[in-house]
Amino acid sequence: MTDQFAVEMRGVVKRFGDTVALNGVDLVVPPGAVYGLLGPNGAGKTTSVKVLTTLIRPDAGTACIDGIDVVAQPDEVRRRIGLTGQYAAVDERLTARENLVYVGRLFHLGTSESRKRAGDLLERFDLMEASDRVVKGFSGGMRRRLDIAMSLIANPSVLFLDEPTTGLDPRSRLGMWDVIEDLAADGTTVLLTTQYLEEADRLAERIVVIDHGHVIAEGTPDELQSRTGGALLQVSIARAENREVALSVLSPMCSGRVEVRDDRTFEAPIIAGDRVVPSVIRALDDAGVDVLDVVVRRPSLDDVFLALTGHAASTDEVES
Amino acid sequence: MNRVQRTLHDSFVEAERHLRVIPRNIELLIFATIQPIMFLALFAYVFGGSISIPGFDNYDQFLMPGIFSQSLVFGSAFTSIGLAEDLSKGLVDRLRSLPMSRSAVIIGRTVSDLVRNLLTFCVMLTAAFLLGFRFGGSTFDAAIATGLLVLFSYALSWVQALIGLAVSSVEAANSAGFIWMFPLTFVSSAFVDPSTMPKWLEVVANANPFTVVTNAARALYNGLPVGNDAWISLLWSVGLIAVFSMIATRKFSRSTSS
Repeated sequence: MTDQFAVEMRGVVKRFGDTVALNGVDLVVPPGAVYGLLGPNGAGKTTSVKVLTTLIRPDAGTACIDGIDVVAQPDEVRRRIGLTGQYAAVDERLTARENLVYVGRLFHLGTSESRKRAGDLLERFDLMEASDRVVKGFSGGMRRRLDIAMSLIANPSVLFLDEPTTGLDPRSRLGMWDVIEDLAADGTTVLLTTQYLEEADRLAERIVVIDHGHVIAEGTPDELQSRTGGALLQVSIARAENREVALSVLSPMCSGRVEVRDDRTFEAPIIAGDRVVPSVIRALDDAGVDVLDVVVRRPSLDDVFLALTGHAASTDEVES
Repeated sequence: MNRVQRTLHDSFVEAERHLRVIPRNIELLIFATIQPIMFLALFAYVFGGSISIPGFDNYDQFLMPGIFSQSLVFGSAFTSIGLAEDLSKGLVDRLRSLPMSRSAVIIGRTVSDLVRNLLTFCVMLTAAFLLGFRFGGSTFDAAIATGLLVLFSYALSWVQALIGLAVSSVEAANSAGFIWMFPLTFVSSAFVDPSTMPKWLEVVANANPFTVVTNAARALYNGLPVGNDAWISLLWSVGLIAVFSMIATRKFSRSTSS
């Protein structure tokens, strides 16, 4: 079957008591793709990952990995997945190498094969120097790298990364992004969850936006950004009495309504990449308006989230 | 690999993980060794002179099997703490996403705690001998006595496993795992003859499985007639393992870190 999805969720519902964590989630990831599941805390990201990795059973709907149902054949699914959760799931009393061999043996790879793969992974994740040190003294970034290496020991068809950079310092976060980009380049199918819009933008080829247990949008980062009407143009003029003239010049050039911030500052959506800035400056100049400043701001995914949901991406709901 | 092979293999891997790190935590090892020796010495010297037990001309011969018994039972608390630790660190989520046997995680944990308890027991037995304790019966009887004690401690490890999985933190596991050990081991025949207790307490003490196990081991260590206590304590242990292994394994399959 050529059109088999690596990950497939259809109408998945999960309730915890009165709380509906997933309210009919549909999601497909083709093999080899890196998908980002984006949403605020409590949106249902972690719950989706837990359903797909057989940690919890859905109340309704179906979820499959490589076409294998997670409820009907959990062990077959477990053989094909790697999971890196929100907490670095390592045994900190063991060394990095021991952690890897340990998980390899629990995948029933045999001790010698586990050792061989452990060596390869330590090399690949830049942990060779620390390989025989106890994990307790590792930095957050090293733990996460080890954690991902442990998830990869059985060559999974799908790797789940649940908020892989939460709690990391900025430098470790950049390092982790490099690791994930390398995985993507190797053709590993990755489903990562994140509440960092920048992270999804950088790593994922497609983003699935989830909110209150629903998928509310899906597309490439560019497609999602264009939903807010592209980029935002900000123009400041020198004299307030030119306000009406400037407004009449700008209006036909922009893709949406021109907002007047104060008497001398205007904001309007434009189609990004239209080389609109030189034309705006020229037109205003021709109309005799003195321009102080012109800025084009590409929308952040925060803007996208606001446009899609009507509320900001950061809520203080707690994910169950 | 069939189901049974897989469970054995995975349990072995899990037990090895815990045993491998025992020598790495020297402090824990030292304190785990000192504690039973301290108990032996304290009870023997503090109470030894003032307590006399009918049928025993030497209180030490009565007391020491009771302390063996108590120390082994206390040792089972490691199980709840260890499982709670794996749970709180998210390791359990990883394990539950692996194609491994569900029960192996707890079997491996309880078996490694059993080995650790046996090590402590050997130290304690040596100390007891240095303090004057002697087997009154055959070495075979003493081995049976030790087996009964260790098996009971192993059975309680499964109770502790359920506690470790049920509580929400390592600290809670520490308290919840230990608190019931005190009435269990003191309202018993471990240190005194229950007939000296208030009537209602004596009834409780005599019904306590810990009393049955301690009495059986004490009789065997001293070469006295053991009666039915050996069989009854064996039944208690097997029964506890059967019931709690089922409940704890089911609980494990459902528990996640958050």
